[in-house]
Amino acid sequence: MTPDLTTIWDWLDQVPDPEIPVISVVDLGIVRDVAWQGDTLEVAVTPTYSGCPATSVIAIDIETALYDRGIQNVRIKTQIAPPWTTDWLSDKGRAKLADYGIAPPSPAGGPDACPRCGGTHLTRISQFGSTPCKAHWRCDDCLEPFDYFKCI
Amino acid sequence: MTDQTSLFEYLLRLGDNTLVLGHRVSEWCGHAPVLEEDIALANTALDLIGQTQMWLGLAGEVEGAGRSADDLAMLRDVWDFRNLLLVEQPNGDFGQTLMRQCLFDAWHLELLPDLTRASDDRIAAIAAKALKEVTYHLDRSSETVIGLGDGTEESHRRMQAALDLLWPYVGEMFTPDTVDDAMHAAGIAPDLTALRARFDTRIDAILAEATLTKPDSSFAQSGGKTGFRHSEHLGHMLTQMQWLQRAYPGATW
Ligand SMILES: [Zn+2]
Repeated sequence: MTPDLTTIWDWLDQVPDPEIPVISVVDLGIVRDVAWQGDTLEVAVTPTYSGCPATSVIAIDIETALYDRGIQNVRIKTQIAPPWTTDWLSDKGRAKLADYGIAPPSPAGGPDACPRCGGTHLTRISQFGSTPCKAHWRCDDCLEPFDYFKCI
Repeated sequence: MTDQTSLFEYLLRLGDNTLVLGHRVSEWCGHAPVLEEDIALANTALDLIGQTQMWLGLAGEVEGAGRSADDLAMLRDVWDFRNLLLVEQPNGDFGQTLMRQCLFDAWHLELLPDLTRASDDRIAAIAAKALKEVTYHLDRSSETVIGLGDGTEESHRRMQAALDLLWPYVGEMFTPDTVDDAMHAAGIAPDLTALRARFDTRIDAILAEATLTKPDSSFAQSGGKTGFRHSEHLGHMLTQMQWLQRAYPGATW
């Protein structure tokens, strides 16, 4: 009895990103394809940043989640083309990021508003932050620093 | 030289550049002047090491001798490295590190778009991935070079000294040899004269804004990308980088 792909996508949507656990690996847009190859479930995963240390943890988390649901054979395939873009973040994921205190990516190249107070007087502290996908900003209204999910 | 041999050599060059520079930049971890810079340097190093895994992974695949990216990174001796002399130069002070980064990034950001159009899909895919990261690298390194060059008397003096020191290593990026020619003929690598023109336009604008003077001399050190003669610094760096695999062969996490 093989579960259908919609069910599998639902399961994957419950696998949290190890660095930002409020969003799932599906929200993050890094699960590119799920397909049965014979009795093996092949999951295509794309890295966010090529050196992101979470990539191998994510592969293990996906495998574990699928084994826990009773799938016997899982193969994780790394797919680098087309390269990951923050356009693939789900709307649900963007909303959860903002709730969590991380400003979601914006094509303008910087956050739209402070995720804490909604203020719009913002200063970039560094293009790099605590993980490869984030930059470090400060709100000049509430004076709190916050993470911005870089747009790439 | 067969095409596969040239391709392997070319991929080693790409992978060794990012590996050696990534390791150099990671030497700053915990030592940078301020926390934000420490994090930025570590992130840059991480991107470069990630790119190395892709380039050297492909190199091993092309070679077909069963060597992984890790084997190539950790088990080759200094004379087998094919990186530019620029990237193996020691960090010096913070300004010198960022000058080296800016010169490298300006070249890298001109090269990668050409590689995204390479006749080999595997190369095009890696280049497209790396390009997004390198765009951020040059943003930051050029901003820092401009800030420090057009900064205080002391920071200006140091940035000019760094430029004078590193400029002789720029020419190697654009001096073609048989590998570059074979890759250009195969529709993979760009023509280096055209690449140089675009690099000059970019770097001239940065240096002008940084109030720095590009050295007159066009003398170019060579011997890194061919492996003919590395500077003495690379061997010392490898003793650190490869120590664990040399002392405990096959050790894993
Ligand atoms: Zn605020």
